[in-house]
This record gives sequence, C-alpha cells and structure tokens, in this order.
Amino acid sequence: MLLIPCPWCGPRDEAEFGYGGQAHVPYPQDPAALSDREWARYLFFRDNPKGPHAERWCHSAGCRRWFNAVRNTATNEVLAVYRVGEPRPVTG
Amino acid sequence: MTAQPFRLPAGGRIRRDEPLSFRFDGIEYQGYRGDTLASALLAAGVRRTARSVKLGRPRGVFTAGSAEPNAIVQIEAPFPEPMLTATTVELYDGLVASGLPGQGRLADEPDPARYDAVHAHCDVLVVGGGPAGLAAAAAAARTGARVILADEQPEPGGSLLDTGELPDWVARTTAELAAAAETRVLSRTTVFGHYDDNHLLAVERRTNHLGAQAPSHLSRERIWRIRARRVVLATGAHERPIAFADNDRPGIMLAAAARAYLHRYAVVAGRRAVVFTTGDSAYDAALDLAAAGVDVAAVADARPRPGAAAERAARAGIEVLAGHAVIGTTGDRQLTGVTVRPLHDGEPTGPAAPIAADLLLVSGGWNPALHLFGQAGGQLRYDPGLGAFLPDGCRQAVRVAGAARGVGELPGCLADGAEAGRRAAQDEGFTAARPLPPPEASAAPEPGAPSVPLWVVPGQDNLDRAFVDLQRDVTVADLARASGAGLRSVEHLKRYTTAGTAHDQGKTSGVLTSGVAARLLGVDPAELGTTTFRPPYTPVAFAALAGRNRGVLHDPVRVTALHDRHLAHGARFENVGQWKRPWYYPRDGEDMAAAVARECRAAREGVAMMDAGTLGKIDVQGPDAGVFLDRLYTNMMSTLRVGMIRYGVMCRADGMVFDDGTVARLAEDRFLLTTTTGNAAAVLDWLEEWSQTEWPELRVHCTSVTDQWATVALVGPRSREVLAAIAPQLAVGAPDFPFMAWRDATVAGIPARVCRISFSGELAYEINVASWYATALWEALHTAGRPLGITPYGTETMHVLRAEKGYPIVGQDTDGTVTPQDLGMGWVVSKKKRDFVGKRSHSRADTSRPDRKQLVALLPPPDVLLPEGTQLIATDRLARPPVPMEGHVTSSYRSAALGRTFALALVRSGRRRIGERLYAPVGGELVPVTVADPVLYDPEGTRRDG
Repeated sequence: MLLIPCPWCGPRDEAEFGYGGQAHVPYPQDPAALSDREWARYLFFRDNPKGPHAERWCHSAGCRRWFNAVRNTATNEVLAVYRVGEPRPVTG
Repeated sequence: MTAQPFRLPAGGRIRRDEPLSFRFDGIEYQGYRGDTLASALLAAGVRRTARSVKLGRPRGVFTAGSAEPNAIVQIEAPFPEPMLTATTVELYDGLVASGLPGQGRLADEPDPARYDAVHAHCDVLVVGGGPAGLAAAAAAARTGARVILADEQPEPGGSLLDTGELPDWVARTTAELAAAAETRVLSRTTVFGHYDDNHLLAVERRTNHLGAQAPSHLSRERIWRIRARRVVLATGAHERPIAFADNDRPGIMLAAAARAYLHRYAVVAGRRAVVFTTGDSAYDAALDLAAAGVDVAAVADARPRPGAAAERAARAGIEVLAGHAVIGTTGDRQLTGVTVRPLHDGEPTGPAAPIAADLLLVSGGWNPALHLFGQAGGQLRYDPGLGAFLPDGCRQAVRVAGAARGVGELPGCLADGAEAGRRAAQDEGFTAARPLPPPEASAAPEPGAPSVPLWVVPGQDNLDRAFVDLQRDVTVADLARASGAGLRSVEHLKRYTTAGTAHDQGKTSGVLTSGVAARLLGVDPAELGTTTFRPPYTPVAFAALAGRNRGVLHDPVRVTALHDRHLAHGARFENVGQWKRPWYYPRDGEDMAAAVARECRAAREGVAMMDAGTLGKIDVQGPDAGVFLDRLYTNMMSTLRVGMIRYGVMCRADGMVFDDGTVARLAEDRFLLTTTTGNAAAVLDWLEEWSQTEWPELRVHCTSVTDQWATVALVGPRSREVLAAIAPQLAVGAPDFPFMAWRDATVAGIPARVCRISFSGELAYEINVASWYATALWEALHTAGRPLGITPYGTETMHVLRAEKGYPIVGQDTDGTVTPQDLGMGWVVSKKKRDFVGKRSHSRADTSRPDRKQLVALLPPPDVLLPEGTQLIATDRLARPPVPMEGHVTSSYRSAALGRTFALALVRSGRRRIGERLYAPVGGELVPVTVADPVLYDPEGTRRDG
C-alpha cells in the first residue's frame, strides 16, 4: 500500500486515491483534424515503462483533486508529485 | 491424571497449577497452561501426529514454532478450524484436535467469533521479540520515539526462552518496554506482510488461546495495519534440515526445537538421542538435553574437525563422531535407530554403524528469516561460509538485525539489535539520554569452528526417501527429476516439484531446495538464488482479513428517505448498486407478474407514483457551466432556457454511451443534472476529471445533491388531477406547464420543484422536495390520489413502461460498446457543435459501419418470455459451430398494455431488419421472434400531455 503525498493534503494512504493513467496525454486541440490513426493513438495508446512514469492520480476520498505523480513502476517509489498544468519535474 | 512421561518434574515456563485436558485423535490427554499442543503431545509421548500428504508416511513434530511442516492439525472443538500447526496452537482446556494428512476441512457452521482491525502509526516498528528485537525496541524506546514491538510468541524473549539464557535481562527489558510511554508491545502478533512505504500487516491472536473461555466481547483476532517510518526486522533464523534417507520419521526434529521443548515446556522429546550437525549450535542442545537426563548417544558432526564445542561435549561424556553423517534411520511408527557413517573428503568411507535412538536432532545450519525483508523489496546475497542468504540492500527504510542478518552469537545479536533500534530512532530525530546498557556480562563465547553447509548426505541410493520439503513430500529424487527434465530456475523447480508451496511456504525447506538444486545443477547457490517471498508469512484466516466487513457491513446499504413508506406498502426490494429500491408492491398474495401488471395498468390508465430519489443529482454552477456541459453531453445544453429541461447523453472519448439523464437549467449559471442510479458517483468523477485536468480555465463547480432531494414521480393520465388538488397555486395545464419544463411550487404545503419529465410516455410530473419532507409529500400524494386509485409502483413496472416506449437503460441495454446511434438516438447527437467528448470517435471506421448491433424490439410468441441475455441466430435450426450470432436480448417483459411479451435486443443491422424473423435458442428450443421498431407503445407520443 503506497503512501502518496497529495500536493494538497500531504501523505495519505493509497486507498484514498484513484488512478488516472498516464499524465500529459492532453485532449487534442481539434479532434476533427486528426486522422483515424492519430485519434486512435490518443484513445488507446499509452506508455508502459519500467521505471519513472508520469501519471495522474485523484485524491478521491480526500480533497477530490487531480494531480500528477512520477512513480517508479519497478519499485513503486513516488519520486515527485505536482499539480495539474505544471511541467513534469526532473527526477533522479 | 493422564501420564506425561516425557515431562520433567520441574522447570519450563508452563503453569503447573493450571492443568488442562484435551483430546487428540480421539484420546484424552493432559497438559498445562503455557503448553502448545505440540509440547503437550510430546510430553504425553505422542510421536506420530499425522501422515504426510502424498506418501502417507508417519510424521511427528519437527519444529517448535511457525516453521512447522509436519504437525498440521484440525481443530474440531470448540470451533472447527483447519490447517493449524500444533507447534503454534496454545493449549486450552477442552481443545479437541486431530492430525491432518496435509489437507483440512473448513467449518460447516458460521464462525461466531468477532474479528476487527486497527490502524497504527509509529516511528520504529520492531518485528520479532528475540534478543535482537528486544534490544532494538528498548534502545528505540529510550529515545522517546513511538515504538511498536510485534512478536508472534505469547511473551517476548524469542530464542532466549528456547535456550534459557538471560532470563533476568528478558524480564527487565520486557518490563521497561511495558512502562515506556510511547511504546506498544504486541504479543501473539505475527507480522505477515511488508508492503510499500513501510506498510505492514500483522494479525494479533487475542483470544484463540482461551478456547471456549474466550470472552465474547473481545475480537478473536485483530488485523494491525501499521505504517512505520522505520522498520527493524529482528526476525531471527530458522534451523534447516539435511537431506538423507528416511529423514522424516517421527522422532526426528531440529536440534533447536528439542532445546526449546526442554526450556520452555520442561519436555524431553526422547530418551536416547543422536545429534547430526554441521555446526556448533547443536552442541548446546546436546549438552542441555544430557543435563536434563537424556542419554545422548552420539553427536555425528559432518565437519572433520569440530573444534571447541565438540571438546566441551566430550568433556560432558558425549561421544562426538567427527566427520560423520547420518545415512539412514529405522523405525516404523517412530524412530528406533540411526545409522551413521564416516565421511572423508565429502565421500562416505568405512563401515556404517547403527545406533539405537528414539530421538534424532538435526542441524544443517541456519537460514535467516528474510521473508518480510524480501517482501519489502530487499535483495539477498549468498554467504558461502554460512551457507545462507543474507540481507543486502533494500529501497525501504528497513534495518535487519541479529540472527536475521547472520549474526551467530548471542552477545553480537544483542549489540546488533540495540544499534539497529538506536539508529532507526536517530534517523527519525530521536536520541536517548540514557542508552541501553549491555546485558550483565556473560562468559565470552569461546571461539567456535565455522559451520560447513551440507545439503545432501553423499553416497546415498535412497534419495526418493531423502526429503527436502516434508509438507509437500518432495525428495532429492524429485528435484533430480526436475533438473533432469531441463528445469534450471529455482522458480521453475519449485513449481514443477511443488517444493515450498505448502502452507508453511518452505520455511524449513526453501534454502535446502536451493542448496540441493544447486548441487544437482552443478552451480553455486548464489547463482540459483531463492524463490520470491510473498505475503502472508504465516497463514491468516480470511475471517481475520474480512474483520467486521461481513454480513450487513460487507457493503453499505443505501435507502431513500421513503424507505419506511415502501415497507408499509409491502414492497419487495431489489438491489440497484448499493440502493434498496422497491421492486414491486404485491397485494393480497399477488405474484410478481400480477403485481406488475396491476401497477402498469394504473400508470397507463389512472395514476401511479414511484420513488425516483435514487437518481443521481449533480448541481453544476459557474459562469462557464453551459460551455462545460456542451463539451460533455452529445447535445447542446448552453442553449437551454432557464425553466426548461433537456434529455442528454454523455459518451466516453471512445464514443460509447456512458450515461444519460436530464439537465434542468435553474439559472443562467446553474444546472441540475440527473444521472442513472448506478452511475451517480462515476458521472461526478467524470465531470471533475475533465474540469480539473483538461479545462481548468472553465469557471465551474460540481456538487452531488443526490441525498439532499427526495423525488416522487407522479405518473398517469390522471396525475394532473392529483397534483392540482395539492398544489392549488400551480398552473398544471399543458399550455402553462409544458413538457420538459420545471416550476417552483408549493406542493402539499411543501416547497417543491416540479418537473414535467416522463420515463413512461404518460403525462407525468417529478416532484422534488428536500429529503426531510419526503414522507409528507408521499403521504399527501397518496391521500389526494386515493379516490383515483393511486398505485405505488416499483422498478419492475418502471422498466416495463420505459421498454414499451423503447427507452434504453444505460448499463442494461448498453454495455460500453454501444453508441447513441446504435440506440437509434442520433437525434441526441449534435451536428452543430464543433466538438464534444466522443464526437471524433463516431466517425471512426468501426463506429460508423452499417452492420453494428442496433437497438430494436423483438416480438416472440405472445406468451413466451425470453430470458435476458438470450442469443439470437438467423436460422430455424442450429448450424454447426461456430454459429453466427446476430445479437442478444437486453430486456424482456410481459406487457399489460400490449397484451403480450416483448423484448429489447441489440441486433446486427437491426434497424434495417425490422419485420425479419430471427430465432432465439431457449432451453433447447428455437423460439421464432420478429424484429420490430423499439417503440411499441404510443409511437405517436399522444399520451405525453395527458
């Protein structure tokens, strides 16, 4: 069970959070301008790295705020958390 | 008084003033408070406790703790419980147990005990209450840090209680911990899982040891969910066996176990003992047993030059056979003899010699108990000198202390533990004014000879009886077969042979398996490694894990503000998500079909009422609320006028229907959304997600108001009369109060919002009042409608009415692969909007192909009710598989209005096939059905305004 540092509430138990998949996959500016292939890439394709991964979490049972975290998928260490709209921080 | 021939007249930690009676395998015995079932059986001279799982060989007590592979028992009374180890079951009066051949029986009666859970936080969690753990906890406690010490035994002391060493230090340190303000000592508590971020789970056995005397107000077991800043693992070490022929007979046990039975329980495990060892520690067992009167016939030491320990034994009159190994044993029901043979350069030489013995103590070295360390992500490294895996690095804030990291001598363990505890506290900013003093000076240990790992006694031909895993009956021969079959990974060997997969999880056999396999494969054990450690460390009852979350507390039950009214009306309920919703209201012995037919007639011909309060309600406010909703609904919401309502559908980005409901515009900057009952939370999450992550610039706020409002649907051609009677100020006629409008009104003296929404096709009003007034509203409607025969109706009638009109239910007629167009609801998908979530997907090749499944109605023979989920095929006889599937039934009912059964279905190219005949396989028959337009009742919509 992870201890996730919500940027608004501080460290809380993983059970309070919902997972939102890969971060920084913005909704396309103009979906109509995309080819089927490009749209499918937005809809269905996500990274699956072993190592640091920027992903979205929602503190569902707390402040209900969405935020981003960089988590090492191999060790489950949360390397950084940051607010929506902020750039992905550099992690070691 | 039953005899306890193997109990010494004095000594041990048992309470001789509390004799206890128990039964094992049908025979009555006696033991004492403080015994385990195993120690009491040994005291009584019971050697064979069970037969082995696969080969049925007799087996006896092998260890003195939770590593036990052999002595598996079923508790029969006071409450049946399978697969416990006799070595950890504390004896109580009235215990009835029997030996198990590796498989138990679950209780066939409900467990009357209670179980619960506790969350705890601490600076330093110390796991294990042996010398290192006690020292660590005391050193940390002295700094004022919050300390938890968890130990699986009934009292702290660990191996010190097995060996009888430092009793005063144990007592003093235990007392100091008990008095420390920020320290909690949890005895009978096994830490069984070590998860991320130092989250550890432990199970505390609170009343198990009291049997039928357990007070009912206490939970039997309690799960501790501990979040620790620092963890000290002082989990000790398990002695390991050696593989030789017939190394499994009752009477063969680990050397340290025999010592523990002597010191803890004043039990000698036999009269005449042979010791087989590869290191020094077994000599202490030999000397202690000899001092207690056991005839120690010989110590067979595999090392050619055993050193000082052997000299000490020799001085005590024990024959030491240096460079000898046990190559076999005799005895059918229990051990009668041991055969030893000299080894030279690792090969047997010279004649074998039989020695009569009823007890064989085995010590093949020590395996640090690194299960939790491994679970925590710790790496292990092989130490060839110790023949054991030791802790290497760990990414978590974990220290390993004492025997668990290979420290052999007691003074070293004490110092190591104290240092680990002190540093763990220090890392959290705590320091001690008075550091922990070392225990009273004991004699400096004499320099010992190093142990020499021995996995398999060489030169044996009976390797199919040389056991590696006693609980799984896995032998050296089995491992040889596996490696001969080409398996080279220890994980594969484990799965192929099942070694280490029994409920002891290979505590005594795991490293031995690696050692034997390495030898068979001709590789170093370091190369082979160990199998993966996974929780739980010891078996945990599901009841303990479930805790209080069972029965009515398994899942929350939600009821509406009108629940009492439904009970008064005799409703039968159905579960909709967590909600209890009235399903139908049977009268005078009606069955469901009759009740539903009556309720449907009332709604279509007179007036009826339904509790619609479970629909999700979300208040969306802000200057950009209209824009926001435009982006999430398929149709336009920003153009809705204040005072009006619009039906809307939401899609996921993949274009599939996610939810539907109504949107009422309460003000320029305020909308009230309804959602389906089951999706209320998901829709709110959906709104929040888009608002926060994609469009943070939109000024909009969303709030759930589901429970704040009670909603009663007043339905039927005569509903207007009822409403007019109790809302005299409200203009209820169609011209003043058109369809899909809402009005603030006073209804039965209650402030209300009345909406002209219909989910049945009939004239209908949905009356919303604050939940507090729900009962008053319901009663007023019921009273006012009584002259017109007003009829409460439930979800089943609601379903029939909506299905007659072809209204789909999201989640019943859709399944996440259905677009609005598939539902025939292209009209709800805006062509004008540049974009909305899901729009781009509607033009993908797969979503726009003409042969998608589409919602249609089916007309079976008028009296045949198709089961929901029935598949549809095109031919009147079953083709050879695979049979082409044309679709499936999503909803199916009897209709009072139509005078027949009907169904809704998703059918390939359904709308183009209206009028066609399909076939539904039902119970071996092929039922012909006719595809029809989904709107079967009042297709012109003439009934909407009454």
